[in-house]
Amino acid sequence: MADTTGTVQPETADIGEDGVRRRDFINVAAVAAAGTGGVITLLPLISQMAPSADVLAASTTEVDISKIEPGQAIKALFRRQPLFVRNLTPKEIAEADAVPLSELRDPQTLEERTKPGKTNWLITMGVCTHLGCTPLGAGPGEDRGPYGGYFCPCHGSAYDTAARIRKGPAPKNLEVPEYEFTSDTVVKVG
Amino acid sequence: MIRIFGILAGLFFSLSVLWAFISGAIAVAPVLGEYGQFTEPMADKVFHEKHPPALHLQSDGPFGTWDLAQLQRGFQVYKEVCAACHSLKFVAFRDLEELGYDKGQVKTIAAGFQVPGVDPNTGEATTRPGMPTDYFPSPYPNEIAAKAANNNAVPPDLSLMAKARHGGPAYIHAILTGYGPEPEALKQQFPDFKVPSTGHYNKYFPSLAIAMPPPLTAEGQVSYAEGQPKPTIEQMSTDVSAFLEWTAEPKKVKRTQTGWPVLGFLLFATILAYLAKKQVWAALKPKKKHTA
Amino acid sequence: MSFPWAKQYEPKHPLMRYLDEKLPMPRLVYNAIGSGYPVPRNLNYMWNFGVLAGFCLMLQIVTGVVLAMHYAANSQVAFATTEHIMRDVNWGWMLRYMHANGASAFFVVVYLHIFRGFFYSSYKAPREMVWLLGVVIFLLMMATAFMGYVLPWGQMSFWGAKVITGLFGAIPVVGEPIQIWLLGGYAPDNAALNRFFSLHFLLPFVIAAVVILHIWALHIPGSSNPTGVEVKSESDTIPFHPYYTAKDGFGLGVFLILYFAMVFFLPNYLGHPDNYIEANPISTPAHIVPEWYFWPFYAILRAFTADIFFGLIPAKLMGVLAMFSAILCWFFLPWLDKGPVRSGHYRPLFRKFFWFGLIPTMLVLFYCGGAPAEEPYVMLSQLATAYYFLHFLVILPIISSIEKPEPLPYSITEAVLGKDEAAQLGDSADTAK
Repeated sequence: MADTTGTVQPETADIGEDGVRRRDFINVAAVAAAGTGGVITLLPLISQMAPSADVLAASTTEVDISKIEPGQAIKALFRRQPLFVRNLTPKEIAEADAVPLSELRDPQTLEERTKPGKTNWLITMGVCTHLGCTPLGAGPGEDRGPYGGYFCPCHGSAYDTAARIRKGPAPKNLEVPEYEFTSDTVVKVG
Repeated sequence: MIRIFGILAGLFFSLSVLWAFISGAIAVAPVLGEYGQFTEPMADKVFHEKHPPALHLQSDGPFGTWDLAQLQRGFQVYKEVCAACHSLKFVAFRDLEELGYDKGQVKTIAAGFQVPGVDPNTGEATTRPGMPTDYFPSPYPNEIAAKAANNNAVPPDLSLMAKARHGGPAYIHAILTGYGPEPEALKQQFPDFKVPSTGHYNKYFPSLAIAMPPPLTAEGQVSYAEGQPKPTIEQMSTDVSAFLEWTAEPKKVKRTQTGWPVLGFLLFATILAYLAKKQVWAALKPKKKHTA
Repeated sequence: MSFPWAKQYEPKHPLMRYLDEKLPMPRLVYNAIGSGYPVPRNLNYMWNFGVLAGFCLMLQIVTGVVLAMHYAANSQVAFATTEHIMRDVNWGWMLRYMHANGASAFFVVVYLHIFRGFFYSSYKAPREMVWLLGVVIFLLMMATAFMGYVLPWGQMSFWGAKVITGLFGAIPVVGEPIQIWLLGGYAPDNAALNRFFSLHFLLPFVIAAVVILHIWALHIPGSSNPTGVEVKSESDTIPFHPYYTAKDGFGLGVFLILYFAMVFFLPNYLGHPDNYIEANPISTPAHIVPEWYFWPFYAILRAFTADIFFGLIPAKLMGVLAMFSAILCWFFLPWLDKGPVRSGHYRPLFRKFFWFGLIPTMLVLFYCGGAPAEEPYVMLSQLATAYYFLHFLVILPIISSIEKPEPLPYSITEAVLGKDEAAQLGDSADTAK
């Protein structure tokens, strides 16, 4: 590779097998070091696109539930995503309990999805597990779909009164976030 | 042709700037005795101490690390003294975890501050206890309120203070400890000099009169926990300066600690590059002289 | 590419042969910075700065694009998003310090590149176009750097924007409307910040385009060299790759060590504390200065303190004219300096004026531009400004016609190897004196 010197004669005669090898080794090492440096440089450039510290810092949202009548639901905002808080009627609870688990795509009972003694408070994320649209059914007068829970208009996923997926392309039930009742009327989510 | 125009233009610019030089020199000539001083020197030119005394912090230099105990003490001084007037708006409570507080302690600290909020029932502006994700609240609802409460001088935000002044933490420390009565020499030399009624004499402040009243006035003004140094004014000033160094550049230690391996790698790679360059260029060295 | 003995690109792999037929990119690279570009064999380390400047441009574009992902050009939040980058974005502090110090590094490299050009008269024919494009790049860089410094929306950003657009206010009659038009208001605010951000993002790509033209123009006559003697035969040149790629690789390593030492250990050394105070339209910092790379020209601006022609040209206008002329006169260098010899090594008179005139003048202007507008700095910069214009516009044209150059080597090969060995290579055997 070093015979590119025009009319200047490289003294190949002086350089034995070892010399050639040593030269190649240093060149390969230098190029490899440059390559390694280049790859390491990519790491911060990739990492800077990941969520920043302020986004990762888990925030909490408090929701006042005292004004939600049975059968009604409200939407709140939790970590920049919609949150559904629904006060189920006894009829809706019975409907949810009546479904055999074997019929469900993502088998879970209503009791598993609510807090003990507060089965009427169904608190879920308002994010369809298909592609992330916000399903209808929490706002007043919105279409609750064929199973009386939520209905996602984007691609037709229907959720039942326990917000479990029953029909359509969504693979999972609406996610239940971490939350606790700080009093009978206030829920702290997150 | 271009050269003739060039010479003319060059002479034009040179002569006009020399004209400015000469007219300046004529103006200066009568006072050439005190070269460069056109007017009577002001008191602040003579008595302002431009260079704050050195302040040594554990975070200084290329091998510095945070002294977490000191930062916590400094935070305590900020919270109990400075926060009454100064905001810290770029620092979030969650950041305090870097000072060695655990999540629970940060929650408690945050809850001790009232941050602006909205009443969920009425929508009216109100306050609520802070959460770790909140930022330090301003003690005043807005700038006008801050002005009104402080004789028209807005207490500056302290987040970046250590980077926003020449000298950094040393300057903050100097200001906090630089109060005192006007020196006799000043009164004699400048009988007209007067600290305004809303100001306080401070030899490290450029105009010598700072609007901020002395914030740290007595030993033990902040009570430090058991096992910590005695809260003298000197100690409290040093601690809060160290804390503000952290708020201004929380990544400082991470920065220098990243720097060393990067420089080490580059040094290694550059040596390799030098050897490779020598190897490549060795082929060009004609050796005929030696062999012939 | 310009010399008949330049190596030809011969792709061996079938894929490369296919690519060469359809889109000869590898051939372009081979001829531009590969083995196909014959370069004088005697380039010294001052010739490293062109490649380094190209590297700096890439560095600024990469870090800048990344910072733009987190920055918001709105006067309400610009300062806060900058702090967000410094505190919350992963590696944001490093990327911002790399960008801020990268601007300084870029100017260091480019100033060295330009002054290498001055000393070796690289601007002379047949490389006038290379030089002209280079000055265009320098002007674009200054505009880009100025607008970039406004973006963090600190005190220096704000007052810098106000003062620099105020320069246009010096133009008679139309000055003030132009200033208001530039800012989109009576003072820098959201409108100005947004357009500066947009242009700050655009101009680097314009610079990149002019850089391509600059390199293209360079490849037609080929690189100059420290003797200033043109390439005469094959023995005068060596292929760019591997010789100069290896040399530039080493130079890049040294550059990166110095650059990262600044980024990690003195990141704010070249900055100004006032820019960590948010922009405040009602309070000007006590001592406002532009970034260091503008200091010589800022000193020239401030040197004109008196109206001339009995007030016909006000001092303000004169300063602005002089500041722009200080760079614009570089455009005419190829025609102002008509001496037949390029390299300062063989021009005794030129060399004296370079080392004892131009260089000290530039150092004085650098120093005075960063100093407060007080005596003795104003008077010093007035003298330096006078010399600056005399040097380029009067002294250069005169010495280039009266100077007696020292004897030149016959060829680059002779300069490198000495007469005897060059003769052995058959290069100058018949003409050796």
